[in-house]
Amino acid sequence: MPRVEVLKTYKIAIGGQLPRTESGRYYPLTGKNGTPLANVSLSSRKDLRNAVVAARSACGGWSGRAAFNRGQILYRIAEMMEGRKAQFIDELMLQGSSRAAAEKEVTMSIDRLVYYSGWCDKYQQSFGTVNPVASSHFNFSVPEPTGVVAIVAPEESGLLGLVSVVAPCIAGGNTCVVLASEQRPLSSITFAEVLATSDVPGGVVNILTGTTKELLSHFASHMDVNALVYCRHDAAEKMSIVQLGAGNVKRTMVWEKDWTKDEQENPYLLLELQEIKTTWHPIENIGASGAKY
Amino acid sequence: MKNSNALPDFRTSPVVDHVGIEERVARFTTRSIKKASKVQALKLALNMIDLTTLEGKDTPGKVAQMCYKALHLCDQLPGLPTVAAVCVYPTHVRQAKAALSGSPIKVASVATAFPSGNTTREIKLSDTRFAVSEGADEVDMVISRGEFLQGNYAFVHDEIAAVKEACGSARLKVILETGELSTLDNVRRASDIAIHAGADFIKTSTGKIQPAATMPVTLVMLQAIKDHYYKTGKMVGMKPAGGISTAKLAVQYLVMLHETLGDAWMTNQWFRFGASSLANDLLMQVAKEARGPYQGKDYFSND
Amino acid sequence: MAAAVAATTSSDINSMSTSSTKRSAVPSLSFFKDWTYVPAPESSDHIHLKDQYGLFINGEFVRPHSKRYFDTINPATEKKIAEIADADEKDVDAAVTAAANASAKIWKRMPGKERSKYIYRIARMIQERAREFAVIETMDGGKPIRESRDVDVPLAANHFFYYAGWADKLDYAFPNRRPQPLGVAGQIIPWNFPLLMAAWKIAPALACGNTVVLKPAETTSLTALKLAEIIQESGLPAGVVNIVTGFGKTGAAIVNHPGVNKVAFTGSTDVGKIIQKAIAGTGKKATLELGGKAANIVFDDAPIDQAVEGIVNGIFFNQGHVCCAGSRLLVQEGVAEIVIRKLKDRMETLIVGDPMDKNTDIGAINSKEQLKKINEYISIGVNEGAELYQSSCTLPSKGFFCKPTLFLNTSQSHRLVQEEIFGPVLAVQTFRTVEEAIEKANNIPYGLSAGIWTDKGSKIFNMTSKMRAGVVWANTYNKFDPTSPFGGYKESGYGREGGLHGLLPYVQW
Repeated sequence: MPRVEVLKTYKIAIGGQLPRTESGRYYPLTGKNGTPLANVSLSSRKDLRNAVVAARSACGGWSGRAAFNRGQILYRIAEMMEGRKAQFIDELMLQGSSRAAAEKEVTMSIDRLVYYSGWCDKYQQSFGTVNPVASSHFNFSVPEPTGVVAIVAPEESGLLGLVSVVAPCIAGGNTCVVLASEQRPLSSITFAEVLATSDVPGGVVNILTGTTKELLSHFASHMDVNALVYCRHDAAEKMSIVQLGAGNVKRTMVWEKDWTKDEQENPYLLLELQEIKTTWHPIENIGASGAKY
Repeated sequence: MKNSNALPDFRTSPVVDHVGIEERVARFTTRSIKKASKVQALKLALNMIDLTTLEGKDTPGKVAQMCYKALHLCDQLPGLPTVAAVCVYPTHVRQAKAALSGSPIKVASVATAFPSGNTTREIKLSDTRFAVSEGADEVDMVISRGEFLQGNYAFVHDEIAAVKEACGSARLKVILETGELSTLDNVRRASDIAIHAGADFIKTSTGKIQPAATMPVTLVMLQAIKDHYYKTGKMVGMKPAGGISTAKLAVQYLVMLHETLGDAWMTNQWFRFGASSLANDLLMQVAKEARGPYQGKDYFSND
Repeated sequence: MAAAVAATTSSDINSMSTSSTKRSAVPSLSFFKDWTYVPAPESSDHIHLKDQYGLFINGEFVRPHSKRYFDTINPATEKKIAEIADADEKDVDAAVTAAANASAKIWKRMPGKERSKYIYRIARMIQERAREFAVIETMDGGKPIRESRDVDVPLAANHFFYYAGWADKLDYAFPNRRPQPLGVAGQIIPWNFPLLMAAWKIAPALACGNTVVLKPAETTSLTALKLAEIIQESGLPAGVVNIVTGFGKTGAAIVNHPGVNKVAFTGSTDVGKIIQKAIAGTGKKATLELGGKAANIVFDDAPIDQAVEGIVNGIFFNQGHVCCAGSRLLVQEGVAEIVIRKLKDRMETLIVGDPMDKNTDIGAINSKEQLKKINEYISIGVNEGAELYQSSCTLPSKGFFCKPTLFLNTSQSHRLVQEEIFGPVLAVQTFRTVEEAIEKANNIPYGLSAGIWTDKGSKIFNMTSKMRAGVVWANTYNKFDPTSPFGGYKESGYGREGGLHGLLPYVQW
């Protein structure tokens, strides 16, 4: 007799844990020929609330880590994905990709993580400045993470799109709450499992599955979310995030990009989720030629 | 004498930010002092001068001329005050005292192996006692900068206290020679040491070292005086010396004094200018205010 | 030797002596009793002002479509200075159209090298007419002439100088990118630094190849209009910079105009939020420089006298009409008493009055409305139970003035501590530990600036990195420079002005 396969329960990721939605609700996902693939969590606004709390409490620790260490952790994510490549490919195929397309998406996702791993301790030098002010002060500007970022991940690219947005976000020291692709959510949960075994501290990446219809307004209006990255194409949604985001002057941005293109990996995306802090300090002028005090 | 063990730790004197001090000074120098306010300041500045000659080549003739000038700043201009004091070496004190007898002008004498101060305590004390016995009303001593820079604050302190004792009723001005102290933090520490040891005045410079008095240094010293006043209610005087040769600069110093320590210090009991050429520039400005035209140097006697 | 200490000699020199040693329980200082500074007003003879100003559209001064004008007054005398045009939607449309044409036909195409020379010209011409600008700025806005002369006008000229040089070097600002202009920038500026804010807005926009429609605040339009005269004289192509005057609805017309590609706003957080909502879905880029409620944190190891200066500079500079004002003083308990005492004495030496007087430290509150708002907050503070202290100065009988004000014993939950007042009112809190200071400083929706006073280097860097604020001054406060990026975290807005980072909001690729 053939062996009976063990089916996977797809959960969500909040604060380093992998629970099911607190609401107990789900939406069924079916494959090409209508076969049921999974019962995906239909996350509620309470899940979102909990995820934001988790992201906020992870913020200080993650942004305060040595940049080098963040780089190592991103690289570790890539390593772990490499080891589970087959699983990711299978899942993408289940959700409708051809084998070739699935393979490409997985390897690009891994390479993208390696790419941003390298930026972790370099963007500060690319985007930081020492400013030659006219007065006797030392003045420098450095990028600092914006804080908690809500990400409405690309719909059509369940893994690569997600990785392409999450990677620059966390490489820059932010923590995030992600709403995964609605129709291709499986890879996002497997990705969460990878994160859970990659030394990524709990709460740095929180992943919810569900619908923008239910969650977007809560993402956009949440007063403890500093930025929102929207990666889909709905004009009304694009408008509403900016309007609702105004409540706390949220940095709202729309990233509609073809994530399969190499030019969509670049540090300028990382920069969009940074604040620039300028610091001043006096320089005393003793000992210089002609100086007197 | 106070036991050194009981001294405060002068390394914990308040710290000073150099750039902040310069910014504050810049604010004083942008005050616009005009008309009646200016005349008042010019006359006050004249009245705060310690007219000074401290040369190796000083002679009784030179001292006599300076004393006459001290009494008669400019007889052509009515209503002028006299200077506060004349400042000479100990050997000229007796002569100056005689020349100024009956006037309110004090005689100040440098002492303690001025200007370097590099000699034994015995000699410094006898130098002081000699000046006082010759009739000096005020003694301008120098601190031991070498000991100070070595961190030997107790030595510096005790030496000042000993000189103060030797002064008797003469008022003691303690010269920090800030041009050799390198940092404003050191200026502050030296000020605190001198004040704690009993200085009646603290003074910037001997005039023999560059830079001599500057506004930033003076401001730091005024702040030390202010903190002492806050703590104890006791006033200490301030004397910037050397490098203040124009009326404009003197008025800026007065603005600084005025806005740092306030009205009570605006008298020659608590503030002096150690200067030789300042008087004439002040006189030219007073004359300009009184007469109208800008003045020329040849119309004012040098000595 | 203690008995021999200081000041006990009784020499009555020239009978000028005042009371010698004061021995009251709390020794106090007095100021400005024996010597006061006679008025030293800056002359306004050499300035040229018209009775009535039109709108500067397409290189010409034109009458407003509405034919409506409003008065701009001197807040120190309440006297009318001139009439300012009130632009309506038609006028704004004309200005945006002119800017769009200038962008498409000339400015976008002009090589950066040539653009830069126009911007340099503007910088030079501001320098040449610096005194006139300073006097008008002070007449129209109420700020002390010392500040408009020494801060606003030179910084404005320097800002044009700095960005002029970027115009032909943009490719070096953003590695691996070829920056392109956005098009028409609609810019709305506040009344606290009228000319300087115009410079902050116009200079980087022009350097990056954008054209501009700028609206100054209704109470302070004059220096922007004088700048328009300079722009006209400079030969800058018509329509590259347009200046339209008016009230909030003129600003709204700019924000909502479909021809505007970029909105840059400096002003209140409330209006910033309205703007963010208004541009939703339009694809317009925005830079918002909004409110603040900065903590100025003084540790017990700070250079205290300089910290006191920093506190004064932080809250009383420009009457406290500064978005990055250090309006919350957090002082460590061990030095609270001495800091407050020194601060009070220092406040006694602040000269409040005629802004045109060169000795004035604190001038007039910008408008009647603003004075009313400040006074409301002062009553709120009193009602909240905080301890009020004001300097003993006397205020002029005419005009809008406010005494430098402290509130002691305030709590984090006081409105006085949480809300932006935009006036010379300082809320003082104490703290015990580094953690408490950080927590209190950041516990506010704003994040524009912060001040740190300590002599310890490692503490400075810890504190500056922990502040959720865009500008952190350590052992100094309220310093500005064209090369130094300025802008906020959180509800203080987004985008930076100044420095290399100030180019980013005006380019795309």
